[in-house]
Amino acid sequence: MRKLIFGLFIAVLPALGLAAGSTVPLDSFESDHSDKASLQRGAALFTNYCMGCHSMEYARYKRVADDLEIPVELYEENLIFTSAKIGELMKNSMNKDMAADWFGAPPPDLTLETRLRGEAWVYSYLRGFYKDESRPLGVNNVVFPAVGMPHVLVGMQGLCAVEPNIGTPASVEPLSGNINNADICPEYAIEGSMSGAEFDQAMYDLTNFMSYMADPIKLERERLGIFVLIFVAIFFVFAYLLNREYWKDVH
Amino acid sequence: MQKLINWVDERLPIVDAWNKHLGKYYAPKNFNVWYFFGSLAMLVLVNQLVTGIWLTMSYNPSGEGAFASVEYIMRDVEWGWLLRYLHSTGASAFFVVVYLHMFRGLMYGSYQKPRELIWIFGMLIYLILMAEAFMGYLLPWGQMSYWGAQVIVNLFGAIPVIGEDLSLWIRGDYLISGITLNRFFALHVVALPIVLLGLVVLHILALHEVGSNNPDGIDIKKNKDENGIPKDGIPFHPYYTVHDLLGVGVFFFIFFIVVFFFPEGGGLFIEKPNFEPANPLKTPNHIAPVWYFTPFYAMLRAVTIDLFGLDAKFWGVVVMGAAIAILFVLPWLDRSPVRSMRYKGWLSRIALAIFAVSFVVLGYLGLVPATEGRTMVAQILTVLYFLYFILMPFYTRMEKTKPVPERVTG
Repeated sequence: MRKLIFGLFIAVLPALGLAAGSTVPLDSFESDHSDKASLQRGAALFTNYCMGCHSMEYARYKRVADDLEIPVELYEENLIFTSAKIGELMKNSMNKDMAADWFGAPPPDLTLETRLRGEAWVYSYLRGFYKDESRPLGVNNVVFPAVGMPHVLVGMQGLCAVEPNIGTPASVEPLSGNINNADICPEYAIEGSMSGAEFDQAMYDLTNFMSYMADPIKLERERLGIFVLIFVAIFFVFAYLLNREYWKDVH
Repeated sequence: MQKLINWVDERLPIVDAWNKHLGKYYAPKNFNVWYFFGSLAMLVLVNQLVTGIWLTMSYNPSGEGAFASVEYIMRDVEWGWLLRYLHSTGASAFFVVVYLHMFRGLMYGSYQKPRELIWIFGMLIYLILMAEAFMGYLLPWGQMSYWGAQVIVNLFGAIPVIGEDLSLWIRGDYLISGITLNRFFALHVVALPIVLLGLVVLHILALHEVGSNNPDGIDIKKNKDENGIPKDGIPFHPYYTVHDLLGVGVFFFIFFIVVFFFPEGGGLFIEKPNFEPANPLKTPNHIAPVWYFTPFYAMLRAVTIDLFGLDAKFWGVVVMGAAIAILFVLPWLDRSPVRSMRYKGWLSRIALAIFAVSFVVLGYLGLVPATEGRTMVAQILTVLYFLYFILMPFYTRMEKTKPVPERVTG
């Protein structure tokens, strides 16, 4: 039995490499689920660029349309590329076995990705691709070394010729007024359609959307939480007064 | 109403039961803040039962459907997210209040004669609670659920001769699989809760037979007035029922902050790898049990030497088992003439402080990956943990105790 498990282990080693975590510095990220415009842009980006390979199979289109205030007809027309109805789960039509042949492992479902790896990780990963001819697809990622995923957003970002500076926020030099690291990529091998700042904003929106998808109830939960705590606090006042009344005669 | 009560009472002694356990149960009047945690444990138990029943209505206990059904509860079931967070946070809260409740017992000698049985029932509750939590943690069928269970069940494999077959018997398969999930589900939602409830009843019946201890460790029944009522006692209801409401208020405030704002508990209550479905072919980089098991997990890992031709892992399991087993005999290890820490000597106080610190630091060490230095610290702390018990018969007898007052203080 042990041999069998070991054998299986060896067989999936390449996939393991793909999934191994990293400890590189990350860019900080703070999600804002109340920014509907950002979430809508993120939804458009995710549907157009990611969903062909990555499903969000635990979530339903209808919920996204409702929460993001996108009219159902508009959503069905522009953001559902399969034959799915609006109430269905957000699956895609990629064949998992074939995908495993193409990329080394099937592209994972991304519904819970930001809760699994963290928002900062996703945000940094999306901006971390660079040119690396030694890799089968010609690209690598500073956050996820030896990544199996191609640089899908190359048309927008362009292809960075060197490793992008993830984890060092932009700063202003006090003497000259020059801005350092305004663009995480100092040198492009292929120019993209967006500037560095535009791409950062787009990836903020995309990550923000993924963060919403991983925890869609967050906004409502925190809103309710305030009322629950106020209720408990008022309850405590009455409990305190009741207790004081009874304990008056205990000496 | 009174007629109905009389009608029932002639057939079932409800008035008698009410008086024995609430209306005329005389509890010492000097309970302090440490005495909230028993009733809070009951509160959390009710929370776990109620939310658990509702979760069961939407959960699918199969290897194929478990993970997706949890997300279904989180997204599609009305208030499902709240039920689940109440249940997952409740599991951790249960251990928080139980650990504090046990520490109270250690401080005020609540396990001493005549309360040995209360302590033993309590320890059995703790044991069942650990089994309940362990099996419940498999149910979401995430990566940490799976690999945590794999590691723990494999521990039984370290037992010589029968070990491999034993772990096979527990799993019902060569690996943790849907079969294991099914049986853990059955145990988690039916078998163990029944045992747990039975033990809670025994714990309370035994308590109400001999009466509650108090921070002074004084027997209040020795000082009774002309009506046979302890002079330092007050009826549990209404005095302690209204008093416990204060504890409920404070507890709920903290509990709901976690439920509504930090349901993952910073990765302690719901570990990050559990947001990925169980995958038997992919081991997480770092497998850590949930925080309430980590002191014992650290002890397990602290044992690194093979002895008598047996694997270090086996001795680790022995140490872990002994760490829990030794708690059962505590009532017979304490030879002090007094109960409460207030009147025990410095040796007892220092011993208890070292014990508590060791337990907490071991808990931390069990959470983080082991390094050489950390393993050495864990080894020292494991020894200190056991010394607290092994040396107890000596230091409790040697030390000079303070005189115990006749009546309770403050």
